[in-house]
Amino acid sequence: MKETTRRDFLTAAGACAAAGLLLAGCKTMEAVTQIMEVASVDTGPVTSSQVQSAVKVGQAVAKTFESFTPEQEYYIGRTVGAMVLEKYPPFNQTIANTYINMLGQTLAAASDRPDTFGGYRFQIQDSDEINAFAAPGGFIFVTRGLIRCCKDEDALAAVLAHEIGHVQEKHGLGAIKQSRITSAFTSIGLEGARQFGGKELAALTQTFGESITDITQTLIVKGYSRTLESQADLAAAEILTRVGYSPQGLLEMLTQMQTRIKPGSLDFARTHPSPLDRIKALEPVIGKFIPYSQPRARLERFIKYIARA
Amino acid sequence: MDKSMSVHVRQSHVREEPSFLGRILARLSYGDRVFVLNDKTDWFDVRVEGTGTRGFMHTSALSAKKVILNPGEQTVEKTATRDEFALAGKGFNESVEGRFRAENPHLNFGGIDRMEAYGVSEDQMRQFLFAGKVMPRGGTL
Repeated sequence: MKETTRRDFLTAAGACAAAGLLLAGCKTMEAVTQIMEVASVDTGPVTSSQVQSAVKVGQAVAKTFESFTPEQEYYIGRTVGAMVLEKYPPFNQTIANTYINMLGQTLAAASDRPDTFGGYRFQIQDSDEINAFAAPGGFIFVTRGLIRCCKDEDALAAVLAHEIGHVQEKHGLGAIKQSRITSAFTSIGLEGARQFGGKELAALTQTFGESITDITQTLIVKGYSRTLESQADLAAAEILTRVGYSPQGLLEMLTQMQTRIKPGSLDFARTHPSPLDRIKALEPVIGKFIPYSQPRARLERFIKYIARA
Repeated sequence: MDKSMSVHVRQSHVREEPSFLGRILARLSYGDRVFVLNDKTDWFDVRVEGTGTRGFMHTSALSAKKVILNPGEQTVEKTATRDEFALAGKGFNESVEGRFRAENPHLNFGGIDRMEAYGVSEDQMRQFLFAGKVMPRGGTL
């Protein structure tokens, strides 16, 4: 048996097992199982018990992106983040990054999902493009270009809270194609049947890489749907209110962004609904924009730590 | 209401009040177990197994699945296909990341490691809010 056959089998077994739940039975799976048993019991790398195990995994419960443990989400997030940092390098000014972590981690603590596996972390990126990214598990990136759209701490808090909203709702994981998830969980199931060998690790790593690409394509190129962006905005308004920031900061930031983004550019403009549309969608929840006041100490620290970033 | 749950994040806290600003009574780690007394809101009323500490934990830190740390081969055999268990360190893990890194040496994992070092303590959060005159809804600092 060739290696590719095994991999194809993993995908087929997983896909079939997931679909089988919906179809209340899976004739194809049975056929695959029979063929695999005949073909591989003594000669191939997949044993009968491994086949049974993989089938059992698939049948136990349909796997979705929600099935990833926070620990697995953390490893996905680290790698997505490493890719995002390759595209937009980090801005390594300790004081500015410390400040953004104080603000961001405080906001995250008040979100509907304060606990991720490794906690939330924030990083400024050295780019003039207007952009921000949330990798699974809570790795959040904001460009200097987007920070310049924020005139005060409340507006910056709104940017970070929107990204926390994406993590809270697991939008990044949701971008992974179902076939990868099925394939991943089938491999993990096989891991239970036998010591995980080099070939299995290679197969799982390939699925991992494909999953990462699904996410980065969405974050960097395609963008989320309008519905998901709206969910993140609503989550942001709630987080800001809980912590004690003005949700008007969100409208302030979007208004600034509207004046700064260049239509047709490759940054936020490509991956997000227009700021004006987002403002309109938010108005029923937080009302029309009313200028808000900012305590002097808050504005001073914003200027001191970040406005020059 | 009568169930045990496992901490499924690296670290979480048991708090005196059901709020992100509640005083921390205990620090729990991956795999630690709590007994849930009330799960009506996102802040579960819990008692820590072993120590008996009573307080509140956020639902996002907890899983109904029993987390098995350092599963041996036999444990894996018995539990991998059963949905009531979560095996720590299985699936997308350090080895998978390691192999992926080896295949993609240009990726900036060093930047991610530096980013992870920016931890903020509860006290720092409280001081940050206080210094900026940020007043959390319904809470006191």
